Amino acid sequence: MLTYIAKRLLQAVFILWAVASISFGLTFLAGDPATLMIGDNWTAEQVANFREYMGFDRPVLVQYGEFLQRIAQGDFGVSVRQQIPVTRLILERLPATLELTVAALLIIVGVAIPVGVLSAIRRNSLSDRLAMGGALLAQSVPTFWLGIMLILVVGVFLQALPISGRGTFFHLILPAITLATFSTARIARLVRSSMLDVLGNDYIRTARAKGLSARKVNYGHALRNALIPVITLLGIEVGSLLGGAIITETVFAYPGIGRLTIQAIAARDIPLVQGVITFGAMIFVLVNLLVDLSYSVLDPRIRHE
Amino acid sequence: MSETEKKIPDWLRSLRRSRLALAGCILLAVIVLVAIAAPLLAPYNPEGVDIRNRLTPPAWLDGGTSAYLLGTDNVGRDITSRIIYGARISLLVGLATVFLGGVFGTMLGVVAGYFRGRLETAIMRLVDIQLAFPSILLAVAIMAILGPSVRNVILVLSLATWASFCRVARGQTLAVCNQEYVTAAHALGAGHALVIFKYVIPNILSPLIVIASFALATNIINEASLSFLGVGVPPTTPTWGGMLGEGRNYLRLAWWVSTLPGLTLMLTVYSVNVFGDWLRDYLDPRLVD
Repeated sequence: MLTYIAKRLLQAVFILWAVASISFGLTFLAGDPATLMIGDNWTAEQVANFREYMGFDRPVLVQYGEFLQRIAQGDFGVSVRQQIPVTRLILERLPATLELTVAALLIIVGVAIPVGVLSAIRRNSLSDRLAMGGALLAQSVPTFWLGIMLILVVGVFLQALPISGRGTFFHLILPAITLATFSTARIARLVRSSMLDVLGNDYIRTARAKGLSARKVNYGHALRNALIPVITLLGIEVGSLLGGAIITETVFAYPGIGRLTIQAIAARDIPLVQGVITFGAMIFVLVNLLVDLSYSVLDPRIRHE
Repeated sequence: MSETEKKIPDWLRSLRRSRLALAGCILLAVIVLVAIAAPLLAPYNPEGVDIRNRLTPPAWLDGGTSAYLLGTDNVGRDITSRIIYGARISLLVGLATVFLGGVFGTMLGVVAGYFRGRLETAIMRLVDIQLAFPSILLAVAIMAILGPSVRNVILVLSLATWASFCRVARGQTLAVCNQEYVTAAHALGAGHALVIFKYVIPNILSPLIVIASFALATNIINEASLSFLGVGVPPTTPTWGGMLGEGRNYLRLAWWVSTLPGLTLMLTVYSVNVFGDWLRDYLDPRLVD
């Protein structure tokens, strides 16, 4: 068990290093980072000054070493446009995105698990077919379009809910639904198939043969085992939620990290872009590390792998 | 069973039985044809600005005219024509990225699963790293640096695609290499290339084709998302995502500008998904998710 944890930790550190290196490399993807950041209408002298100010005139390896050292200390540099440390900008926006993501996760878990389980238990019934057909349709709706349609129908036509910004619980409803829809559909389908897998096992037949009620078999035996792979999938889903947050926050003018990313990109604020990318990937890696570790606690069969 | 019935291939019979999949298939075929024949079908130049006729509603609404079946956008461009031309970009980007990412990922996966050892470890670490980035996040960042263009979108989305192919291809290759026919081929003196192309790849294709169909749906949405965010295809080229992004600013005045391209996009992706679902059931009934 301990060697497993150590191995996974080491792996996570390796991936974080690679992630940081790639974000560092991004700066040089287009050639000269100084010209990339400030555009064409500066004089050669101004560009040279800026290059020196940002430290781009030094050897790349030196810059890389310094970059890694800073990142390890949680320092992502200073935003070129706002002259504010990137870490501070990200932490300021973090609560908003966290709120949105947690709300979306609650919707995903609250809708996808019951729907998936019921669909599996009533396999091929009308409700199963409708639910799975609906899930496939929901998986086909582009996030940004769903957001715009919700704004149009609920916000503009019905004027029932606020359509932009953050503040009250009501501000959170439409963005959370928008962000959650795709993942809810995907997870519901996976819960159903996972549940069907488990229901086909011998121990379920044994439980039924023992004379346990269908309720006890389904919820006591099957559901508990069916949910184990779903936890991993939820961890992976955090990745699409982070990506989806960029789109959802843009559509709803929601002041989170996603909107910060788009603003940083529009302003060609490279340190901020780098910071956001690295930060997003780090969160994703850490969430999945936690999921993997909790997995071995939840499923004793793989504990000694 | 009559003589003609026998001649119908197995897959076609299965497709006919699933009405939804058949409908998806037909719709997809229509979209492909529309994309190919765009210059013949589009009533106007998709980039033709006509300020006098800006924000004309679709023909069936008050103020609409049959001259602009689906209305016009904020600079008077014909939405019908733009949706027709937009199909080209969606399909081009979708197919190109699945092909590039799919071939690259599959090759690496097969190499990893076939040769094993350090090469396998190195390739699988690359997969881990790639999958550690939320794909849209990385795509947005790279596009911001490279600048908007169709080529860059294809590049960036192929990069987001290869890892899942690689993972599955490796797993399948591992399974196939344990089969007796592979051992027999080796024993008979077949070289690596022969074994890989003749025995391994043909036997791992089914799950990869299924992945390809879902990757197509994902990449069509991702291209639209990038264009919507303004970091995808340049705004002068008509794309469904770009149209949505522009129309968003006129939601109160003209809901159709955003709604109609989005509806087209959704129907396209839904068709691909329905088709993919059928394909999975047909090719590999064991994969029921």
